[in-house]
Amino acid sequence: MNLAPILPELILTVGAIVLMMVAAFMGRRGSALCSWASVALLLGASVTLLGEPQSAGALFGGLIQADGFGAFGKLVIYLCAAVAIVMAHNWFERDFEHAAEYPVLILLSAIGMSVMVSATSLISLYVGLELQSLSAYVLAAYRRTDDRSAEAGLKYFVLGGLASGILLYGISLLYGFTGTTQFEGVAAAFAREGTQSIGLLFGLVFLLAGLAFKISAVPFHMWTPDVYEGAPTPVTAFFASAPKVAAVLLSVRVCLDALAPAIDAWRQIMIFAALASILLGAVAAYGQTNIKRLLAYSSINNVGFALIGLVAGGVAGASAVLFYMAVYVVMTLGAFLCVLRMKDEKGESIEGIDSLSGLSQTRPGLALALATFMLSLAGIPPLFGFWPKLMVFNAAVAEGLYPLAVAGILGTVVGAFYYLKIVKVMYFDAPGRPLSKPGSAVESGLIVIAALIVSPLGYLLIRPLGQLTNNAAGSLF
Amino acid sequence: MIGLTHYLAVAAILFTLGVLGIFLNRRNIILMLMAIELILLAVNINLVAFSAFLGDLVGQVFAMFVLTVAAAEAAIGLAILVIFFRRRGSIAVDDVNRMRG
Repeated sequence: MNLAPILPELILTVGAIVLMMVAAFMGRRGSALCSWASVALLLGASVTLLGEPQSAGALFGGLIQADGFGAFGKLVIYLCAAVAIVMAHNWFERDFEHAAEYPVLILLSAIGMSVMVSATSLISLYVGLELQSLSAYVLAAYRRTDDRSAEAGLKYFVLGGLASGILLYGISLLYGFTGTTQFEGVAAAFAREGTQSIGLLFGLVFLLAGLAFKISAVPFHMWTPDVYEGAPTPVTAFFASAPKVAAVLLSVRVCLDALAPAIDAWRQIMIFAALASILLGAVAAYGQTNIKRLLAYSSINNVGFALIGLVAGGVAGASAVLFYMAVYVVMTLGAFLCVLRMKDEKGESIEGIDSLSGLSQTRPGLALALATFMLSLAGIPPLFGFWPKLMVFNAAVAEGLYPLAVAGILGTVVGAFYYLKIVKVMYFDAPGRPLSKPGSAVESGLIVIAALIVSPLGYLLIRPLGQLTNNAAGSLF
Repeated sequence: MIGLTHYLAVAAILFTLGVLGIFLNRRNIILMLMAIELILLAVNINLVAFSAFLGDLVGQVFAMFVLTVAAAEAAIGLAILVIFFRRRGSIAVDDVNRMRG
Protein backbone atom coordinates (compact mmCIF):
# COMPACT_ATOMS: atom_id res chain seq x y z
CA MET A 1 0.00 0.00 0.00
CA ASN A 2 1.08 3.53 -0.70
CA LEU A 3 2.28 5.26 2.45
CA ALA A 4 3.08 8.61 0.84
CA PRO A 5 -0.17 10.32 1.94
CA ILE A 6 0.63 9.75 5.62
CA LEU A 7 4.29 10.74 5.30
CA PRO A 8 4.04 13.63 7.83
CA GLU A 9 2.53 11.36 10.47
CA LEU A 10 5.14 8.68 9.78
CA ILE A 11 7.98 11.16 10.17
CA LEU A 12 6.61 12.36 13.49
CA THR A 13 5.80 8.89 14.82
CA VAL A 14 9.21 7.41 14.09
CA GLY A 15 10.88 10.60 15.30
CA ALA A 16 8.90 10.62 18.54
CA ILE A 17 9.80 7.01 19.31
CA VAL A 18 13.51 7.59 18.64
CA LEU A 19 13.56 10.79 20.68
CA MET A 20 11.79 9.06 23.54
CA MET A 21 14.68 6.63 23.66
CA VAL A 22 17.17 9.50 23.52
CA ALA A 23 15.34 11.19 26.38
CA ALA A 24 15.32 7.99 28.41
CA PHE A 25 19.01 7.22 27.95
CA MET A 26 20.56 10.68 27.95
CA GLY A 27 18.35 12.31 30.55
CA ARG A 28 18.90 15.99 31.04
CA ARG A 29 21.86 16.11 28.65
CA GLY A 30 19.51 15.18 25.83
CA SER A 31 17.12 18.06 26.32
CA ALA A 32 18.67 20.46 23.81
CA LEU A 33 19.09 17.68 21.26
CA CYS A 34 15.48 16.53 21.72
CA SER A 35 14.10 20.05 21.45
CA TRP A 36 15.88 20.99 18.27
CA ALA A 37 15.40 17.57 16.70
CA SER A 38 11.66 17.81 17.38
CA VAL A 39 11.50 21.27 15.84
CA ALA A 40 13.34 19.90 12.80
CA LEU A 41 10.93 16.96 12.57
CA LEU A 42 7.91 19.24 12.76
CA LEU A 43 9.33 21.57 10.12
CA GLY A 44 10.25 18.58 7.94
CA ALA A 45 6.72 17.21 8.25
CA SER A 46 5.37 20.67 7.34
CA VAL A 47 7.54 20.78 4.22
CA THR A 48 6.06 17.53 2.96
CA LEU A 49 2.63 19.18 3.19
CA LEU A 50 3.57 22.12 1.00
CA GLY A 51 2.82 22.24 -2.68
CA GLU A 52 -0.27 21.08 -4.45
CA PRO A 53 -2.23 18.97 -1.93
CA GLN A 54 -2.87 15.61 -3.51
CA SER A 55 -6.21 14.12 -2.63
CA ALA A 56 -5.34 10.53 -1.92
CA GLY A 57 -8.91 9.58 -1.13
CA ALA A 58 -9.82 7.31 1.73
CA LEU A 59 -7.00 5.45 3.45
CA PHE A 60 -6.99 2.45 5.80
CA GLY A 61 -10.48 1.36 4.83
CA GLY A 62 -11.91 4.87 5.15
CA LEU A 63 -10.48 5.66 8.58
CA ILE A 64 -8.65 8.80 7.48
CA GLN A 65 -8.42 10.94 4.41
CA ALA A 66 -5.43 12.97 3.26
CA ASP A 67 -7.03 15.98 1.60
CA GLY A 68 -6.38 19.70 1.34
CA PHE A 69 -8.40 20.43 4.46
CA GLY A 70 -6.30 18.08 6.55
CA ALA A 71 -3.08 19.37 4.98
CA PHE A 72 -3.89 22.96 5.89
CA GLY A 73 -4.78 21.97 9.44
CA LYS A 74 -1.62 19.94 9.87
CA LEU A 75 0.53 22.76 8.55
CA VAL A 76 -0.85 25.20 11.13
CA ILE A 77 -0.67 22.60 13.91
CA TYR A 78 2.95 21.62 13.22
CA LEU A 79 4.10 25.22 13.12
CA CYS A 80 2.32 25.97 16.42
CA ALA A 81 3.85 22.88 17.99
CA ALA A 82 7.31 23.91 16.81
CA VAL A 83 6.87 27.37 18.34
CA ALA A 84 5.68 25.80 21.60
CA ILE A 85 8.87 23.72 21.75
CA VAL A 86 11.09 26.72 21.02
CA MET A 87 9.32 28.71 23.73
CA ALA A 88 9.78 25.96 26.27
CA HIS A 89 13.46 25.48 25.69
CA ASN A 90 14.68 28.43 27.74
CA TRP A 91 11.83 28.22 30.18
CA PHE A 92 12.59 24.70 31.33
CA GLU A 93 16.33 25.10 30.93
CA ARG A 94 16.36 27.60 33.76
CA ASP A 95 14.83 25.77 36.66
CA PHE A 96 13.62 22.38 35.65
CA GLU A 97 15.21 19.05 35.05
CA HIS A 98 12.91 16.98 32.88
CA ALA A 99 12.86 19.02 29.72
CA ALA A 100 13.86 16.16 27.41
CA GLU A 101 10.41 14.53 27.50
CA TYR A 102 8.55 17.74 26.81
CA PRO A 103 9.19 17.89 23.03
CA VAL A 104 8.36 14.19 22.75
CA LEU A 105 4.98 14.77 24.37
CA ILE A 106 4.33 17.68 22.02
CA LEU A 107 5.21 15.46 19.06
CA LEU A 108 2.80 12.74 20.24
CA SER A 109 0.13 15.34 20.71
CA ALA A 110 0.80 16.64 17.19
CA ILE A 111 0.35 13.14 15.78
CA GLY A 112 -2.99 12.88 17.58
CA MET A 113 -4.02 16.22 16.11
CA SER A 114 -3.02 15.11 12.59
CA VAL A 115 -5.33 12.16 12.97
CA MET A 116 -8.08 14.46 14.26
CA VAL A 117 -7.99 16.80 11.27
CA SER A 118 -7.92 13.97 8.74
CA ALA A 119 -10.39 11.62 10.46
CA THR A 120 -13.33 10.44 8.37
CA SER A 121 -14.53 7.81 10.76
CA LEU A 122 -15.80 7.98 14.33
CA ILE A 123 -13.12 5.49 15.40
CA SER A 124 -10.18 7.52 14.13
CA LEU A 125 -11.84 10.66 15.49
CA TYR A 126 -11.86 9.14 18.95
CA VAL A 127 -8.36 7.68 18.82
CA GLY A 128 -6.85 10.93 17.51
CA LEU A 129 -8.66 12.98 20.11
CA GLU A 130 -7.48 10.72 22.91
CA LEU A 131 -3.86 10.68 21.74
CA GLN A 132 -3.92 14.47 21.76
CA SER A 133 -5.72 14.69 25.11
CA LEU A 134 -3.62 12.14 26.96
CA SER A 135 -0.43 13.97 26.02
CA ALA A 136 -2.08 17.24 26.99
CA TYR A 137 -2.99 15.98 30.49
CA VAL A 138 0.63 15.09 31.13
CA LEU A 139 1.82 18.42 29.73
CA ALA A 140 -0.55 20.37 31.99
CA ALA A 141 0.89 18.66 35.07
CA TYR A 142 4.41 18.85 33.67
CA ARG A 143 5.89 21.13 36.29
CA ARG A 144 5.28 18.63 39.00
CA THR A 145 6.96 20.55 41.81
CA ASP A 146 4.44 23.34 41.37
CA ASP A 147 1.10 23.23 43.21
CA ARG A 148 -0.85 24.94 40.50
CA SER A 149 0.52 22.78 37.70
CA ALA A 150 -0.44 19.57 39.48
CA GLU A 151 -3.88 20.94 40.15
CA ALA A 152 -4.28 22.05 36.53
CA GLY A 153 -3.35 18.56 35.36
CA LEU A 154 -5.84 16.96 37.71
CA LYS A 155 -8.70 19.26 36.74
CA TYR A 156 -7.94 18.89 33.06
CA PHE A 157 -7.80 15.13 33.39
CA VAL A 158 -11.08 14.70 35.26
CA LEU A 159 -13.08 17.09 33.10
CA GLY A 160 -11.36 15.89 29.92
CA GLY A 161 -12.16 12.29 30.83
CA LEU A 162 -15.79 13.24 31.40
CA ALA A 163 -15.90 15.00 28.03
CA SER A 164 -14.38 12.00 26.25
CA GLY A 165 -16.98 9.80 27.93
CA ILE A 166 -19.82 12.02 26.78
CA LEU A 167 -18.40 12.17 23.26
CA LEU A 168 -17.99 8.42 23.20
CA TYR A 169 -21.52 7.82 24.40
CA GLY A 170 -22.75 9.98 21.55
CA ILE A 171 -20.56 8.03 19.13
CA SER A 172 -21.95 4.72 20.38
CA LEU A 173 -25.51 5.96 19.82
CA LEU A 174 -24.66 7.23 16.35
CA TYR A 175 -23.07 3.89 15.53
CA GLY A 176 -26.06 1.97 16.79
CA PHE A 177 -28.67 4.00 14.98
CA THR A 178 -26.78 4.39 11.70
CA GLY A 179 -25.05 1.01 11.66
CA THR A 180 -21.72 2.48 10.58
CA THR A 181 -18.85 4.56 11.92
CA GLN A 182 -17.97 6.18 8.57
CA PHE A 183 -18.82 9.84 8.23
CA GLU A 184 -20.38 9.13 4.82
CA GLY A 185 -22.59 6.43 6.24
CA VAL A 186 -23.65 8.63 9.15
CA ALA A 187 -24.52 11.43 6.73
CA ALA A 188 -26.51 8.99 4.58
CA ALA A 189 -28.45 7.81 7.63
CA PHE A 190 -29.25 11.36 8.65
CA ALA A 191 -30.40 12.10 5.11
CA ARG A 192 -32.59 8.99 5.17
CA GLU A 193 -34.19 9.35 8.55
CA GLY A 194 -33.96 13.06 9.16
CA THR A 195 -33.75 14.23 12.74
CA GLN A 196 -36.94 12.42 13.68
CA SER A 197 -35.01 9.54 15.22
CA ILE A 198 -34.47 10.25 18.90
CA GLY A 199 -31.42 7.98 19.01
CA LEU A 200 -29.68 9.89 16.22
CA LEU A 201 -30.54 13.22 17.80
CA PHE A 202 -29.16 12.15 21.17
CA GLY A 203 -26.01 10.89 19.51
CA LEU A 204 -25.57 14.20 17.71
CA VAL A 205 -26.03 16.24 20.87
CA PHE A 206 -23.61 14.16 22.94
CA LEU A 207 -21.01 14.20 20.18
CA LEU A 208 -21.22 17.97 19.86
CA ALA A 209 -21.07 18.39 23.65
CA GLY A 210 -17.83 16.44 23.72
CA LEU A 211 -16.37 18.49 20.88
CA ALA A 212 -17.51 21.74 22.53
CA PHE A 213 -15.47 20.76 25.55
CA LYS A 214 -12.36 20.26 23.46
CA ILE A 215 -12.68 23.66 21.80
CA SER A 216 -13.68 25.15 25.19
CA ALA A 217 -16.92 26.65 23.94
CA VAL A 218 -19.46 27.78 26.54
CA PRO A 219 -21.12 25.93 28.38
CA PHE A 220 -18.20 23.48 28.47
CA HIS A 221 -15.47 26.04 29.08
CA MET A 222 -15.14 25.80 32.87
CA TRP A 223 -11.81 23.98 32.79
CA THR A 224 -10.11 26.52 30.56
CA PRO A 225 -9.19 29.37 32.93
CA ASP A 226 -7.88 27.06 35.65
CA VAL A 227 -5.87 24.87 33.30
CA TYR A 228 -4.44 27.84 31.41
CA GLU A 229 -3.42 29.53 34.64
CA GLY A 230 -1.91 26.47 36.27
CA ALA A 231 -0.06 24.91 33.35
CA PRO A 232 3.51 26.12 32.64
CA THR A 233 3.37 29.12 30.29
CA PRO A 234 4.77 27.38 27.15
CA VAL A 235 2.25 24.59 27.66
CA THR A 236 -0.54 27.13 27.99
CA ALA A 237 0.58 28.71 24.74
CA PHE A 238 0.47 25.28 23.14
CA PHE A 239 -3.04 24.58 24.52
CA ALA A 240 -4.31 27.90 23.24
CA SER A 241 -3.02 27.27 19.73
CA ALA A 242 -2.57 23.81 18.18
CA PRO A 243 -5.16 21.66 20.00
CA LYS A 244 -7.70 24.40 19.56
CA VAL A 245 -7.10 24.50 15.81
CA ALA A 246 -7.33 20.71 15.63
CA ALA A 247 -10.57 20.55 17.61
CA VAL A 248 -12.18 23.38 15.64
CA LEU A 249 -11.22 21.76 12.34
CA LEU A 250 -12.51 18.42 13.58
CA SER A 251 -15.82 20.06 14.50
CA VAL A 252 -15.97 21.62 11.05
CA ARG A 253 -15.47 18.28 9.36
CA VAL A 254 -17.97 16.52 11.62
CA CYS A 255 -20.63 19.18 11.18
CA LEU A 256 -20.20 19.77 7.46
CA ASP A 257 -19.57 16.16 6.52
CA ALA A 258 -21.07 13.59 8.89
CA LEU A 259 -23.88 15.78 10.21
CA ALA A 260 -24.47 17.82 7.04
CA PRO A 261 -28.07 16.67 6.46
CA ALA A 262 -28.94 17.48 10.10
CA ILE A 263 -27.89 21.10 9.72
CA ASP A 264 -31.05 22.42 11.37
CA ALA A 265 -30.34 20.36 14.46
CA TRP A 266 -26.69 21.32 15.00
CA ARG A 267 -27.04 24.89 13.83
CA GLN A 268 -29.14 25.85 16.86
CA ILE A 269 -26.61 24.28 19.21
CA MET A 270 -23.68 25.99 17.53
CA ILE A 271 -25.40 29.38 17.43
CA PHE A 272 -25.96 29.15 21.16
CA ALA A 273 -22.38 28.00 21.80
CA ALA A 274 -20.97 30.77 19.59
CA LEU A 275 -22.91 33.63 21.15
CA ALA A 276 -22.50 32.34 24.71
CA SER A 277 -18.74 31.95 24.19
CA ILE A 278 -18.36 35.44 22.77
CA LEU A 279 -20.36 37.00 25.56
CA LEU A 280 -18.93 35.00 28.46
CA GLY A 281 -15.39 35.28 27.15
CA ALA A 282 -15.80 39.04 27.08
CA VAL A 283 -17.66 39.58 30.34
CA ALA A 284 -15.81 37.14 32.58
CA ALA A 285 -12.43 38.56 31.58
CA TYR A 286 -13.14 41.90 33.26
CA GLY A 287 -12.12 41.11 36.80
CA GLN A 288 -9.06 39.00 35.96
CA THR A 289 -5.70 39.99 37.37
CA ASN A 290 -3.69 37.11 35.93
CA ILE A 291 -2.67 37.53 32.32
CA LYS A 292 -2.79 33.82 31.51
CA ARG A 293 -6.32 33.63 32.88
CA LEU A 294 -7.24 36.63 30.81
CA LEU A 295 -5.84 35.00 27.68
CA ALA A 296 -7.90 31.90 28.53
CA TYR A 297 -11.06 33.98 28.39
CA SER A 298 -9.74 35.56 25.22
CA SER A 299 -9.43 32.11 23.66
CA ILE A 300 -13.01 31.24 24.70
CA ASN A 301 -14.14 34.50 23.12
CA ASN A 302 -12.26 33.83 19.88
CA VAL A 303 -13.61 30.30 19.52
CA GLY A 304 -17.06 31.87 19.56
CA PHE A 305 -16.19 33.91 16.47
CA ALA A 306 -14.77 30.88 14.69
CA LEU A 307 -18.02 29.03 15.42
CA ILE A 308 -19.98 31.79 13.67
CA GLY A 309 -18.15 30.80 10.49
CA LEU A 310 -19.02 27.16 11.13
CA VAL A 311 -22.69 28.04 11.65
CA ALA A 312 -22.69 29.81 8.27
CA GLY A 313 -21.47 26.56 6.70
CA GLY A 314 -20.65 26.03 3.04
CA VAL A 315 -17.28 26.67 1.43
CA ALA A 316 -17.30 30.34 2.44
CA GLY A 317 -18.01 29.55 6.08
CA ALA A 318 -15.46 26.75 6.33
CA SER A 319 -12.86 28.89 4.60
CA ALA A 320 -13.57 31.73 7.04
CA VAL A 321 -13.07 29.36 9.99
CA LEU A 322 -9.71 28.19 8.61
CA PHE A 323 -8.60 31.76 7.99
CA TYR A 324 -9.74 32.78 11.45
CA MET A 325 -7.87 30.00 13.19
CA ALA A 326 -4.68 30.65 11.20
CA VAL A 327 -4.62 34.32 12.18
CA TYR A 328 -5.79 33.59 15.71
CA VAL A 329 -2.86 31.29 16.48
CA VAL A 330 -0.39 33.93 15.32
CA MET A 331 -1.92 36.53 17.64
CA THR A 332 -2.18 34.13 20.56
CA LEU A 333 1.32 32.70 20.23
CA GLY A 334 2.65 36.26 19.94
CA ALA A 335 0.83 37.28 23.09
CA PHE A 336 2.17 34.27 24.97
CA LEU A 337 5.70 34.93 23.75
CA CYS A 338 5.36 38.37 25.32
CA VAL A 339 3.99 36.84 28.52
CA LEU A 340 7.09 34.61 28.68
CA ARG A 341 9.15 37.80 28.84
CA MET A 342 7.46 38.85 32.07
CA LYS A 343 10.13 38.01 34.63
CA ASP A 344 11.26 39.82 37.76
CA GLU A 345 14.89 40.63 38.61
CA LYS A 346 15.55 37.10 39.86
CA GLY A 347 14.29 35.57 36.64
CA GLU A 348 11.08 34.25 38.25
CA SER A 349 8.13 34.53 35.92
CA ILE A 350 5.31 36.84 36.96
CA GLU A 351 1.77 36.73 35.68
CA GLY A 352 -0.02 39.71 37.24
CA ILE A 353 -1.43 42.26 34.84
CA ASP A 354 -0.43 45.05 37.23
CA SER A 355 3.24 44.16 36.72
CA LEU A 356 2.86 45.42 33.15
CA SER A 357 2.21 48.96 34.33
CA GLY A 358 4.29 51.57 32.55
CA LEU A 359 5.87 48.97 30.31
CA SER A 360 5.89 51.46 27.45
CA GLN A 361 8.55 53.46 29.30
CA THR A 362 10.71 50.64 30.61
CA ARG A 363 10.47 48.24 27.64
CA PRO A 364 8.93 50.12 24.70
CA GLY A 365 9.50 47.33 22.17
CA LEU A 366 7.79 44.65 24.25
CA ALA A 367 4.93 47.01 25.09
CA LEU A 368 4.40 47.82 21.43
CA ALA A 369 4.36 44.14 20.46
CA LEU A 370 1.94 43.17 23.24
CA ALA A 371 -0.30 46.14 22.42
CA THR A 372 -0.35 45.06 18.77
CA PHE A 373 -1.43 41.55 19.70
CA MET A 374 -4.07 42.79 22.13
CA LEU A 375 -5.59 45.28 19.70
CA SER A 376 -5.47 42.67 16.94
CA LEU A 377 -7.24 40.11 19.16
CA ALA A 378 -9.87 42.76 19.80
CA GLY A 379 -10.31 43.08 16.03
CA ILE A 380 -9.49 46.75 15.70
CA PRO A 381 -9.30 47.60 11.97
CA PRO A 382 -5.84 48.61 10.90
CA LEU A 383 -4.52 45.39 12.39
CA PHE A 384 -4.83 42.01 10.73
CA GLY A 385 -7.07 40.53 13.44
CA PHE A 386 -9.90 42.55 11.96
CA TRP A 387 -9.94 40.70 8.64
CA PRO A 388 -10.85 37.16 9.80
CA LYS A 389 -13.61 38.60 11.98
CA LEU A 390 -14.94 40.39 8.91
CA MET A 391 -14.77 37.12 6.97
CA VAL A 392 -16.82 35.12 9.46
CA PHE A 393 -19.43 37.88 9.70
CA ASN A 394 -19.53 38.07 5.90
CA ALA A 395 -20.12 34.34 5.68
CA ALA A 396 -22.93 34.60 8.25
CA VAL A 397 -24.57 37.53 6.44
CA ALA A 398 -24.34 35.71 3.11
CA GLU A 399 -26.33 32.89 4.66
CA GLY A 400 -28.97 35.36 5.87
CA LEU A 401 -28.03 34.97 9.55
CA TYR A 402 -28.34 38.69 10.29
CA PRO A 403 -29.22 38.48 14.01
CA LEU A 404 -26.21 36.23 14.62
CA ALA A 405 -23.85 38.60 12.83
CA VAL A 406 -25.22 41.63 14.68
CA ALA A 407 -24.95 39.88 18.04
CA GLY A 408 -21.40 38.82 17.20
CA ILE A 409 -20.38 42.34 16.27
CA LEU A 410 -21.85 43.69 19.51
CA GLY A 411 -19.84 41.00 21.29
CA THR A 412 -16.64 42.32 19.71
CA VAL A 413 -17.34 45.74 21.16
CA VAL A 414 -17.85 44.31 24.65
CA GLY A 415 -14.72 42.21 24.32
CA ALA A 416 -12.58 45.13 23.18
CA PHE A 417 -12.81 46.59 26.68
CA TYR A 418 -10.46 44.22 28.41
CA TYR A 419 -7.92 44.13 25.63
CA LEU A 420 -7.85 47.91 25.79
CA LYS A 421 -7.41 47.70 29.56
CA ILE A 422 -4.07 45.97 29.10
CA VAL A 423 -2.97 48.60 26.61
CA LYS A 424 -4.01 51.27 29.08
CA VAL A 425 -2.04 49.66 31.90
CA MET A 426 1.06 49.52 29.72
CA TYR A 427 0.84 53.01 28.26
CA PHE A 428 -0.85 55.23 30.83
CA ASP A 429 0.01 53.84 34.25
CA ALA A 430 3.09 54.81 36.21
CA PRO A 431 5.98 52.35 35.73
CA GLY A 432 6.29 49.71 38.43
CA ARG A 433 9.24 47.42 39.08
CA PRO A 434 11.08 46.89 35.82
CA LEU A 435 11.04 43.48 34.17
CA SER A 436 14.36 41.74 33.83
CA LYS A 437 16.24 41.96 30.57
CA PRO A 438 15.23 39.78 27.63
CA GLY A 439 16.06 36.17 26.97
CA SER A 440 16.75 34.33 23.77
CA ALA A 441 17.13 35.89 20.34
CA VAL A 442 14.99 33.16 18.73
CA GLU A 443 12.03 34.20 20.84
CA SER A 444 12.57 37.85 20.02
CA GLY A 445 12.65 36.93 16.35
CA LEU A 446 9.38 35.02 16.70
CA ILE A 447 7.75 37.99 18.44
CA VAL A 448 8.86 40.27 15.61
CA ILE A 449 7.56 37.88 12.94
CA ALA A 450 4.21 37.47 14.72
CA ALA A 451 3.91 41.23 15.20
CA LEU A 452 4.66 41.85 11.52
CA ILE A 453 2.00 39.35 10.47
CA VAL A 454 -0.70 40.96 12.60
CA SER A 455 0.42 44.48 11.70
CA PRO A 456 -1.26 46.12 8.67
CA LEU A 457 1.47 44.45 6.59
CA GLY A 458 -0.46 41.23 7.15
CA TYR A 459 -3.03 42.37 4.61
CA LEU A 460 -0.51 41.34 1.96
CA LEU A 461 -1.21 37.77 3.06
CA ILE A 462 -4.91 37.96 2.32
CA ARG A 463 -4.61 36.66 -1.23
CA PRO A 464 -2.24 33.70 -0.68
CA LEU A 465 -3.79 32.69 2.63
CA GLY A 466 -7.31 33.17 1.26
CA GLN A 467 -6.50 30.97 -1.71
CA LEU A 468 -5.07 28.32 0.60
CA THR A 469 -8.12 28.31 2.89
CA ASN A 470 -10.53 28.31 -0.05
CA ASN A 471 -8.82 25.28 -1.58
CA ALA A 472 -8.74 23.54 1.79
CA ALA A 473 -12.41 24.25 2.47
CA GLY A 474 -13.31 23.23 -1.07
CA SER A 475 -11.84 19.77 -0.55
CA LEU A 476 -14.44 19.14 2.15
CA PHE A 477 -17.38 19.18 -0.22
CA MET B 1 -36.27 -12.44 26.36
CA ILE B 2 -33.59 -9.83 26.83
CA GLY B 3 -33.51 -7.49 23.85
CA LEU B 4 -31.48 -4.53 22.69
CA THR B 5 -33.53 -2.09 24.77
CA HIS B 6 -32.54 -3.80 27.98
CA TYR B 7 -28.86 -3.44 27.19
CA LEU B 8 -29.34 0.17 26.21
CA ALA B 9 -31.23 0.85 29.43
CA VAL B 10 -28.45 -0.67 31.53
CA ALA B 11 -25.86 1.36 29.64
CA ALA B 12 -27.88 4.55 30.08
CA ILE B 13 -28.18 3.93 33.82
CA LEU B 14 -24.45 3.26 34.15
CA PHE B 15 -23.68 6.39 32.15
CA THR B 16 -25.93 8.52 34.37
CA LEU B 17 -24.38 7.03 37.49
CA GLY B 18 -20.94 7.86 36.14
CA VAL B 19 -21.81 11.47 35.38
CA LEU B 20 -23.51 11.90 38.76
CA GLY B 21 -20.51 10.30 40.41
CA ILE B 22 -18.30 13.06 39.06
CA PHE B 23 -20.57 15.93 39.99
CA LEU B 24 -22.08 14.82 43.31
CA ASN B 25 -19.02 13.29 44.90
CA ARG B 26 -17.20 15.78 47.12
CA ARG B 27 -14.92 13.38 48.94
CA ASN B 28 -12.38 11.55 46.93
CA ILE B 29 -10.74 11.95 43.55
CA ILE B 30 -10.26 8.20 43.17
CA LEU B 31 -14.04 7.95 43.06
CA MET B 32 -14.00 10.37 40.14
CA LEU B 33 -11.59 8.14 38.24
CA MET B 34 -13.90 5.21 38.93
CA ALA B 35 -16.84 7.24 37.66
CA ILE B 36 -14.98 7.92 34.41
CA GLU B 37 -14.33 4.20 34.03
CA LEU B 38 -18.02 3.58 34.62
CA ILE B 39 -18.91 5.92 31.77
CA LEU B 40 -16.53 4.13 29.43
CA LEU B 41 -18.00 0.76 30.48
CA ALA B 42 -21.47 2.04 29.68
CA VAL B 43 -20.23 3.00 26.23
CA ASN B 44 -18.73 -0.45 25.75
CA ILE B 45 -21.99 -2.17 26.66
CA ASN B 46 -23.72 0.07 24.13
CA LEU B 47 -21.19 -0.70 21.42
CA VAL B 48 -21.20 -4.45 21.94
CA ALA B 49 -25.00 -4.62 22.19
CA PHE B 50 -25.39 -2.64 18.97
CA SER B 51 -22.72 -4.74 17.32
CA ALA B 52 -24.52 -7.97 18.18
CA PHE B 53 -27.87 -6.53 17.21
CA LEU B 54 -26.66 -5.19 13.86
CA GLY B 55 -24.51 -8.23 13.10
CA ASP B 56 -21.63 -5.84 12.41
CA LEU B 57 -18.18 -6.41 13.88
CA VAL B 58 -17.08 -2.77 13.84
CA GLY B 59 -18.74 -2.11 17.19
CA GLN B 60 -16.71 -4.83 18.89
CA VAL B 61 -13.50 -3.56 17.33
CA PHE B 62 -14.39 -0.11 18.61
CA ALA B 63 -14.96 -1.57 22.09
CA MET B 64 -11.40 -2.94 21.98
CA PHE B 65 -10.09 0.51 21.14
CA VAL B 66 -12.08 2.01 24.00
CA LEU B 67 -10.72 -0.57 26.46
CA THR B 68 -7.14 0.15 25.42
CA VAL B 69 -7.53 3.89 25.63
CA ALA B 70 -9.32 3.58 28.97
CA ALA B 71 -6.34 1.69 30.37
CA ALA B 72 -3.93 4.37 29.19
CA GLU B 73 -6.20 7.06 30.55
CA ALA B 74 -6.40 5.41 33.97
CA ALA B 75 -2.61 5.11 34.11
CA ILE B 76 -2.14 8.80 33.34
CA GLY B 77 -4.90 9.82 35.73
CA LEU B 78 -3.37 7.90 38.62
CA ALA B 79 0.08 9.31 37.82
CA ILE B 80 -1.26 12.86 37.95
CA LEU B 81 -3.07 12.01 41.17
CA VAL B 82 0.20 10.82 42.72
CA ILE B 83 1.88 14.11 41.79
CA PHE B 84 -1.00 16.00 43.32
CA PHE B 85 -0.92 13.94 46.50
CA ARG B 86 2.82 14.49 46.93
CA ARG B 87 2.31 18.26 46.82
CA ARG B 88 -0.77 18.52 49.00
CA GLY B 89 -0.95 15.36 51.09
CA SER B 90 -4.62 14.97 50.31
CA ILE B 91 -6.88 13.68 47.55
CA ALA B 92 -10.12 15.24 48.78
CA VAL B 93 -12.07 16.96 46.05
CA ASP B 94 -12.52 20.08 48.17
CA ASP B 95 -8.76 20.52 48.36
CA VAL B 96 -8.46 21.04 44.62
CA ASN B 97 -8.98 24.73 45.11
CA ARG B 98 -5.73 26.60 44.60
CA MET B 99 -7.29 28.32 41.59
CA ARG B 100 -10.83 29.63 41.52
CA GLY B 101 -12.69 30.60 38.42
